[in-house]
Amino acid sequence: MKATSAPFVRREMLAPAAPPITEAGAVKWLRENLFSSPLNVILTVLGVGAVVYLVSHIAPWMLRGVWNAGSLSECRQIIEARYGEGVTGACWALIRERWPQYLFGFYPSELYWRPVLAFVLMLVAIAPVLFDALPRKMLWFALVYPAIGFWLLWGGSVWVPVMALAGFGVGYGAAKIVQPIAGAILGGIAAVLAPVLWWLFLSGPAAETLQSVLPIALQEVRSREFGGFILAFTIGFTGIAFSLPLGVLLALGRQSDMFIVNKLSVGFIEFIRGVPLITLLFTASLLLNYFLPPGTDFDIILRVIIMVVLFAAAYIAEVVRGGLAALPRGQYEAADALGLDYIKAQRLIIMPQALKISIPGIVSTFIGLFKDTTLVVFVGLLDPLKGITDAVRASTDWKGVYWEPYIFVGAIFFIICFGMSRYSMYLENKLKTDHR
Amino acid sequence: MSEAIAREIDRSHMQVSDEIAIQITQMNKWYGTFHVLRDINMTVNRGERIVICGPSGSGKSTLIRCINRLEEHQQGQIIVDGTELTSDLKNIDKVRSEVGMVFQHFNLFPHLTILENLTLAPIWVRKTPKKEADEVAMHYLSKVKIPEQAHKYPGQLSGGQQQRVAIARSLCMKPRIMLFDEPTSALDPEMIKEVLDTMIELAEEGMTMLCVTHEMGFAQAVANRVIFMDQGQIVEQNEPKEFFNNPQSDRTKLFLSQILGH
Repeated sequence: MKATSAPFVRREMLAPAAPPITEAGAVKWLRENLFSSPLNVILTVLGVGAVVYLVSHIAPWMLRGVWNAGSLSECRQIIEARYGEGVTGACWALIRERWPQYLFGFYPSELYWRPVLAFVLMLVAIAPVLFDALPRKMLWFALVYPAIGFWLLWGGSVWVPVMALAGFGVGYGAAKIVQPIAGAILGGIAAVLAPVLWWLFLSGPAAETLQSVLPIALQEVRSREFGGFILAFTIGFTGIAFSLPLGVLLALGRQSDMFIVNKLSVGFIEFIRGVPLITLLFTASLLLNYFLPPGTDFDIILRVIIMVVLFAAAYIAEVVRGGLAALPRGQYEAADALGLDYIKAQRLIIMPQALKISIPGIVSTFIGLFKDTTLVVFVGLLDPLKGITDAVRASTDWKGVYWEPYIFVGAIFFIICFGMSRYSMYLENKLKTDHR
Repeated sequence: MSEAIAREIDRSHMQVSDEIAIQITQMNKWYGTFHVLRDINMTVNRGERIVICGPSGSGKSTLIRCINRLEEHQQGQIIVDGTELTSDLKNIDKVRSEVGMVFQHFNLFPHLTILENLTLAPIWVRKTPKKEADEVAMHYLSKVKIPEQAHKYPGQLSGGQQQRVAIARSLCMKPRIMLFDEPTSALDPEMIKEVLDTMIELAEEGMTMLCVTHEMGFAQAVANRVIFMDQGQIVEQNEPKEFFNNPQSDRTKLFLSQILGH
C-alpha cells in the first residue's frame, strides 16, 4: 500500500471527544467491578441474593422491636397485638431497662457519677496521646490519670493513689542522687529499685499516716461489685496502656546480645504465647492464693489486669520484633556512626520506625485484648457479654430472651474495635513519609 | 571516568601536617574463622586524602568501618585522634563523635525531615541548642547546594541529593576525619558528579578523608595516596600518579587494567 507511506502533515489538531457511554461513569464501574466476566456475573448475582435473603429475614425482626416493656412476655404481647398472631420481633426493651446494669454491673447506683466521671477524664487523658495537634502539656494529665481513675472507681483514701504516684518521684530522686556518685548503670538500678521498695513497704503506711492526719476519702467499692462495660473498659484500657511499653521492652530483650536477658525474654514470650489466656486467668484467680500468705487480699481485678497485660505484651513483643527486623541494618549503623548511644538510637531512630511498621499488628493485638476481657467471666467477674446477660436472663421478667443482649453487647464491642481500627489507619497515613 | 572532574582543584588548603590522625598497627580481624583483615599497618596524617580501592571482598570497607568501630578488630591497635579503640564505650563514643561516616546507601533516617536528620546528632549528642543546630544545618545544606529541600523527607529526594544530605549530616557534627564507604556506588552516573563535587570541596578545605571508591578520576584529582587492597591485605600504596602510571605488583596491574581498560 503506497498511500500509507506518503508524506503527511497534520494541519489541524483533533479536539478531545467524549468517551463512549460504556467507558464512563456508572456503566463503566458496573462493567468493571460486577459484570466483567461470566464468573463475576454469577458471583455478583449470588452475592446480592445472599445479602437480600439475610436482610429480608433479619431487618423486619429488628424493626418490629419493642422499646417499652417491662418483661419479655409483655414484649411478645405488644408485638402480637401490633402485627398479628405468631409474628416475632426484637425486644429491645430489655436493653432500655437493664442499661445501667450493662454499664455498671452491681456498682452502687448512687455512685454512678464516679465511673462516668472516670470515663470522661479517661477520654481527656488519651486525647493528647492519640492526637498530637493537642497541647503537649496535656500529657501530664495522661500520666497522672491512672491514679485519678483508680481513686474514682474504687474509692477509699485519696492518699493511696497519691502515694503510689509518689513512688515515681522516689525513683526519680534516687536516680538523681545515685547517678552522680555511682554512674549511670547503678543510677538506673536505683531508679527501679527505690520505687519498688517504696511501693512494697512504705507507701501503705505513709498513706495511712496521711489519712489519719488529713482524711480525704471516697466511699469504697469492692472489685466484686464491678461488672458490665466498666469492667471491660477498666481491664481493656489498663491492659492496652501497660502492655505496649512492656511489649517493647520484651522485643528489645529478645534482640539483645546479653545472654540472660535474651533467654529470659524468649522464654517469657514463648511461654505466655503458648498458654491459653484462660489458663492464666485461672492461675490469677485460684493458684495465686495458694502462694500468697493467708489472709492477703490481692484484688481480683488487679490480678486479672496483670495477666492480661503479660498476655498482650508477649504478642506485642513479637509484633514489634517484626518491625525491628524490617529495619535495614544501615539505620543502626548510621545512628552508631553519629555517636548516638543505645538508648538514644532506640528512642530517636529505631523505635519510631519499628513501631510505625508494627501499627497494624499492635492494634490487632489491642483489639484482641479488648475482646478477651469478656473471658473474665470464667473467674467469676461479671463481663458484659455473658456475666451480665446471664444475670439478666436469670430474672423472671427476662427469662427466655436470647438474641437481643448478645446483639447489643456485640454492637458496642464492634463500635469500639472498629474505632481502634480506623484510628490505626489514620495513624499509618499520618506517619507515612516514604512517598512510595 | 575522569571527565567527572572537570574543574581546576584549589590546592591552597590541601596540606598534610605531621600530626597523626589515625594510627593502625598490626591489626587483624576475623569473621568467624575467615581472616578478613591481615596485619594492617597504616598511618594517616592530618589533612591526608586517601583513596582505598581493591576488588570486592578485599576488606576495604571493613577496614574503614573498623576506624569508627562499626566493626570490631580482634588483634592489634587502632588509635584515632589519640584515643585507642577498645571495648571501652566512652572511647568509642568519643571517636564516633569526631569521625564522620558516609555510607553507600546513604542511611538517612526516613521518618525525619532533612533538617531533622541534620540536627539530630548535634542536639542529642553535642547538646547544641536547637536554634543553633538549625543554623549550622542550614549552613551545611547550602554548602551541599540543597537548602531548599530542608523540610522534605529523604524519600522525596534523588539519590545524589540524599547522599549530599548524608555528607552534610556528618559535617554538622564538625568531624575532624571523614570516612566514605563507596559513596557513589549506588548512584546513577549523572548523580555521581554532584556527590564527587561535594567531596572535592571538602578536600579543598583540608579535611582528612579516607574514601573507599572506584572513582579513579577522583583519586587522581584529590588523593595524595592510593591504597590497593586484596585478600584483606594492603598490597600496594603510592601517590596517585605513580600508582596509576607505574604500578608495581602484578595484582595491582591486573586490577587497574580491568577497571581502566575500557
